[in-house]
Amino acid sequence: MDEVGKVVRDYITREYLQEGDDREITETTALISGGIVDSFSMVSLLRFLEKKYSIHIPAEAATPEAFDTVQSIEALVHRFQRTEVSV
Amino acid sequence: MVRSPEAIRHSGQAGVLSPDERPDWAESVSNLPSYTELSSGFDWSVAEHELGHKPGDPINIGWMCSDRICQLGMAKKPALLWEDYQGNEKRFTYNDIRTLSNTIAHFLLGLGILPGERVCLFMDRVPELYIGFLGILKMGAVAQPLFSAFGEDSLFVRLADAGTSAIVTQKKHAHKVRKIRNRLPNLKYVILVDADEASLQPQEISFHMEQAPRVEDFAVYPTKAESPSVLHYTSGTTGQPKGAQHVHYSVLSQYLTAKWVLDLRPDDIYWCNADPGWVTGTSYGIIGPWANGVTQAVLDSGFNAERWYQFIEKRRVTVWYSAPTAIRLLMKEGTEIAEKHNLSSLRHLASVGEPLNAEAVVWSQEAFGKPFHDTFWQTETGCIVITNFPGMPVKPGSMGKPFPGIAATVLDPKTYEPVNQPGVAGLIALRPGWPSQIRSYWNNEAGFKAKFKNGWYLCGDRASIDRDGYFWFMGRDDDVINTGGHLVGPFEIESALLGCPSVAESAAVAKPDPVNMEVVKAYVTLKRGFTRSDDLELEIMNHIRKRLSPLAMPQEIEFVDSLPKTRSGKIVRRILRCKEFHEPVGDLSTIMDD
Repeated sequence: MDEVGKVVRDYITREYLQEGDDREITETTALISGGIVDSFSMVSLLRFLEKKYSIHIPAEAATPEAFDTVQSIEALVHRFQRTEVSV
Repeated sequence: MVRSPEAIRHSGQAGVLSPDERPDWAESVSNLPSYTELSSGFDWSVAEHELGHKPGDPINIGWMCSDRICQLGMAKKPALLWEDYQGNEKRFTYNDIRTLSNTIAHFLLGLGILPGERVCLFMDRVPELYIGFLGILKMGAVAQPLFSAFGEDSLFVRLADAGTSAIVTQKKHAHKVRKIRNRLPNLKYVILVDADEASLQPQEISFHMEQAPRVEDFAVYPTKAESPSVLHYTSGTTGQPKGAQHVHYSVLSQYLTAKWVLDLRPDDIYWCNADPGWVTGTSYGIIGPWANGVTQAVLDSGFNAERWYQFIEKRRVTVWYSAPTAIRLLMKEGTEIAEKHNLSSLRHLASVGEPLNAEAVVWSQEAFGKPFHDTFWQTETGCIVITNFPGMPVKPGSMGKPFPGIAATVLDPKTYEPVNQPGVAGLIALRPGWPSQIRSYWNNEAGFKAKFKNGWYLCGDRASIDRDGYFWFMGRDDDVINTGGHLVGPFEIESALLGCPSVAESAAVAKPDPVNMEVVKAYVTLKRGFTRSDDLELEIMNHIRKRLSPLAMPQEIEFVDSLPKTRSGKIVRRILRCKEFHEPVGDLSTIMDD
């Protein structure tokens, strides 16, 4: 897990994991299918990522699959960081 | 005399639907072989007869869905095939759900809970939710299921209004109950189904359904047809959510619609995506299938296309009742994922929650070889009322036709008289009197009465009817936001927005969305000293998500200097909604000049 992954993991633990939910968020914890983040909550997570990393993630890339683990979110951020840089 | 589908089938008419009645993809005759014949002279005695109920006798949904099925010789048949997102599995026969619901009923009775008291179920889709629902009904109490993603504010409003006596929940949701318990004087018991004694806080009780001694025999409370059964909260334009009060007699409608519309048959494996925190999850995620003695599969998992297809393949699901939002998410993932799985077990597909767009119908034909059949109903109707029946041609994008025995029309919005011209829009209206129609709103008889005009029940939606009698949905007739098939009331969101330190005034309106049909958008004016920023927008979004629920969270916040108001100072959401939908705003004569 790189720095982006750690930031995402900490943000999800702080903002999305309910009090009393003692699950540990790892790189591969199922976020969407595990019910921690749902398709509606994805929007606020998307906004956080866009703001934090000054990127734009288009709607077609913001799929439940892309948001299902810290690992896949990390990859998504890196993909659009590269896109922004190359433009 | 009303003829049953069996009688029609045996008359030789089965399978001889006329060419224009028979869809290309019809593979077999459905439980409803002739819509026209069954509609003519229909009455609900068909369901009474099939369920063995005589008018005036006791009727109890919990008993109907478990003990009765065992008495019919299906005690060993699987009732519930459950698994979660991690792949943990459980299997319960009809005898299991009979004895386990007895056990829960016995436990609640032992606590001193009385018939008629409200018992809330606040859980994820775990077996205790489904079986607990039957247990509550068996001991005569009223089941009050609430969506487990609700935050403490949403939970408080609904428990306070219902005067709920007990709440059955899980460790992971207990903190929300703990935060509000002191403000709920009627709440006597907090029951945790997965906690050990050491983790309990004062006045909490631990109850492990499968570890408790099973109760073989339980004297089911002799509820009558009009006895309250289920209390579901639904949102309106004004005020806080209203408790829609259902009765035990509703099982007639839920049984027959599950059989005729969802086409449930004895050998089916049925999957309903809906959470029992909402009416679809109880009417067709518990009562309908189990009253029909059908095996249902439950997946306690959020959306994941791969996982969902795996589940259908593994469980050999035959009938799938889903929602347009889920179907559009599957469309977004593409047909390639579907093609990797053997989904040939699927026999019938249906959808509920919001209008099913024509593209989704056509796509499901491509992806699964079958169309999704749209069904229309709402919390207040308790059962499907307008629908595309199996065996009847689907007009993609249409709501279909009224269920036999339910008189439906569209009314002129000014005169409340039926619109008799094909294609002309009006208010969807139903003649009251079917078994599962709610009897009132809890503590709000006036609100319930206001839903009727000229003897018609108004659904709050607009539609037109074509020359063939098919209904075509056009939109809501009020400010309620239908997001992903869930109704969200603007008042509740606006009240919660005022809890943000920065918000001075707000208006919550619907905004079109390609996946969820509508999402919540909030227009916000800020208090002095606060400035607009991305950070503030995110803070407000997260505030609503935690206090109310993710689906109530505004997906967009627009900061404005002022909100449109009437001269008397009332915020006019209609103008903002029209702006979002690019519709003309109409008469502005009562709006303040600024």
